Amino acid sequence: MEKIKKITKMKLFLPVFSMLLVMLINVVYDIAAGNAPLGFFAISINNGILYGRLIDVLNRGSEVAILAIGMTLVVSASAGTDISVGSVMSLSGGLCCMLLAGYGMTNVSEYNVPLWVGMLAGIAIACVCGLFNGFLVAYMNIQPMVATLILWSAGRAIGLLLCNSNIVYVRVPSFQFFGGYCGIIPTPIIIAALCVAIAGSVLRLTALGTYIQSVGINKRASRISGFNSAKIILLCYVICGLCAGIAGLVATCRIYSADTNNIGLNMELDAILAVALGGNSLGGGKFNLAGSVIGAYTIQAITTTLYALGVSSAQAPVFKAIVVILIVVIQSEPVRAYFKKMSAKKEAVKA
Amino acid sequence: MKKRKIGGNNILLAITVALFAIMYAGGCIIYADKGFTHFQTFLNVLINNAGLIAVAAGMTCVMLTGGIDISVGSLIAMDCMLMAVGMETWGIKSPVLMTMVLVIGIVFGLVQGFCVAYLEIQPFIVTMAGMFFARGMTAVICKDQVSIVSDKIFTAISNAKILIPFGGYENKKGIYQVPFIRPTVIVVLLVVIIVFLMLKYTKFGRSIYAVGGNQVSATLMGLNVKKTKLLTYTLCSFLTSIGGICYCLNTMCGTTTQAAGLEMDAISSSVIGGTLLTGGVGNVFGSLVGVLINGTISTLVKTNGKLVSSWSNIITAILLCFFILLQAVFAKIKESKKV
Repeated sequence: MEKIKKITKMKLFLPVFSMLLVMLINVVYDIAAGNAPLGFFAISINNGILYGRLIDVLNRGSEVAILAIGMTLVVSASAGTDISVGSVMSLSGGLCCMLLAGYGMTNVSEYNVPLWVGMLAGIAIACVCGLFNGFLVAYMNIQPMVATLILWSAGRAIGLLLCNSNIVYVRVPSFQFFGGYCGIIPTPIIIAALCVAIAGSVLRLTALGTYIQSVGINKRASRISGFNSAKIILLCYVICGLCAGIAGLVATCRIYSADTNNIGLNMELDAILAVALGGNSLGGGKFNLAGSVIGAYTIQAITTTLYALGVSSAQAPVFKAIVVILIVVIQSEPVRAYFKKMSAKKEAVKA
Repeated sequence: MKKRKIGGNNILLAITVALFAIMYAGGCIIYADKGFTHFQTFLNVLINNAGLIAVAAGMTCVMLTGGIDISVGSLIAMDCMLMAVGMETWGIKSPVLMTMVLVIGIVFGLVQGFCVAYLEIQPFIVTMAGMFFARGMTAVICKDQVSIVSDKIFTAISNAKILIPFGGYENKKGIYQVPFIRPTVIVVLLVVIIVFLMLKYTKFGRSIYAVGGNQVSATLMGLNVKKTKLLTYTLCSFLTSIGGICYCLNTMCGTTTQAAGLEMDAISSSVIGGTLLTGGVGNVFGSLVGVLINGTISTLVKTNGKLVSSWSNIITAILLCFFILLQAVFAKIKESKKV
C-alpha cells in the first residue's frame, strides 16, 4: 500500500500511467481483432521510410506536442488557457501559403517568394497574435480565455480572407519536406523534438522557468519580489503564439496546402488536454514540461486508437471531452478534500 | 423625485444603443437602393436571430454570475440534429421532440452547473468540454445533413407568418407587401421580458447579481451561492434549448457544423450590450441590442454582396475587442477613484 502511494505521488505518474493504459487497450484490441498481439509496437522500414503505428502516433502527435509546450507555460503563468491556438495555426499556415503562392492563386508549383520569407511571415504573424493575447491578459487584466476568444473567432476568419476562401496548394518538394520525411524519419518528429529540446534547456538552464512558476503561484508576491509579472505573462503568450505558428506550418506542410477551415480545428482542446494529462494543475503555478509532452503523445495515441476502433474524426471529441472532465474533476479541490476525508476515516477505523 | 446618476455602466449601454442607431442609419443611407430602409429588413434581423436572442438572454444570466458558457453553439447543433433525425428517421412527433430537447437542455445545464458550482472547476474548462461533447454527440447521432420535411406541425409553425398592419411597401411589381414576423420572434421576445422581470423582481434574479458582484459578501449575506450558480447554468442551457428550437425552425435541418461560432456571437452580444465580464452588472435588454448589432453587421455584409462572410466574423471580433477594452478602462478609472 505504501509503495503504491509513493508511485502515485510521483510527478510523471498520471501521463505515464495513461500512456500505458492506452497501449494496453491497443494490445487487447489487437488480440480481440485477431491481429498480432504486439502490432502496436511493430516498426518496419517500407520503401525507405519508417513504418508502424507507434511512428504514426509520434508523427501525427508533433503538432499537439509543440502546442503543449506553449500551453503549459501559459497555464502556469496566468492560470488560464489560450484557446486561440487552433485559429492561430490556421492563420499562420494561411499567410505562409498565400505569400508562397501569391494572392488569389490556388495551385502553384513554383514559389512566388523565397521559402524562408513565407515561413518567417507565418511564424511572425503567430507571434503578433501571441503579443495581442498577452497584452490583453497581462496589461488590461482581462481573463485569459475571454481575451483569447477574440482571436479564436477572428484568426480563422482572417486566414480565410488571406486565402480568398480557397484551399491554396503549394506543390513544391522543398515545402513538402517539412511535413514529409527526412531520410527515413518523418520531419515533424524531428521538428517537435527540436522544439521540446530547446524549450526544455532554456527553461532548465535559465531562471525563466522559476520566474514563470513564481508568477503563476502568486502574481502580486512576485511583483513585490521584483519580477515584472506582466512582462513574464506577456512573454508566455508570445511563446505560445510562436509554438502555434510552428505547429501551424507543420500541419500546413503535411498536406502542402492551406486548408484554413480545417487546420488546427479542435486543436486547442487537445493542447489543453495534454497539459491536464501531464499532471499540471489548470489553476496555474508549478508546471512539468515533460509531463505535458508525454500527455500530448498520449492524446494522439488515444485519437489513433479511436480511429482504429471505427470512431470518425467528428465523433472523437465526445471521448476526449469525457477524459478532460474526468481529469479536472479528480484535480478539483472538493473531490480531493472528500478523498482525504475518506482515507482519514479509514485510518480512524483501523486505529 | 430622485435624480438618477449616469454611471460608467449606463454609459456602456448608451454607447451600444447609439452604435446600433448609427450603424442602422448608415446602412439605410448607403444601401437605400437595395431595400435596407424597408421595415421588413429590420424584422428579418429579428427573425434570423431569434435563436441567438434566447441564447444571449441565458448567456447574460451566466455572465452576471461572473461565469461563462461556451457550450451553447454545440448544444444548439445537437438539438437541431436530434429533432431532424427524430422527425425524419425515428418518426417521433415534433411536440414530443421539443419537450425532449428542453429536458436535455436542463440535464446538460445541471451537469455543467454541478461541475462549476459544487466541484469548483473553472467555468471555461467545464463548458469547453461540454462544447466538444455536444459537437461530437451531434456527429454520433448522424453524420450527414438531415432536412426536415415530413412533420406537418413543425413545418406549419416554421412557415407561419404573423402579419403586422403597418410599415408595408410596394415592391417592383407594384404589389403591396405586408411586413410579417415568425412565431419564434414572439417566443424569444417573451423570453427576454420574462428573464428581465425575473432578474429585477425575484429573489433568484437578485441573488444572481449579488453572486456576480461579490461572491464573499453574497455568502456572508446568507445567500446560497452554489445553488444560485447551479440554477443559473441550468437556466442558460434551458434557454439555449429554446433558442435551438427557434434555430431549427429557421433552418429546418440538422448538420454537424450548425451554429458553429454561435457562442462567440452570444458572448459578444452580451458584452456589447453592457454586461461586465467580471459579473454583477448587466441587462438583458442590452444583450438584445447587442444581438441586433450583430445581426445588422451580417445583414450589411450580405447586402453589400461583394464581401466574404468571414468579414462579419472579423467585424464582430473587433467590436468585442473594443468593448472589452472599454470595460477594462472603466474598471481602471473606478479603481483609481476608490483610492
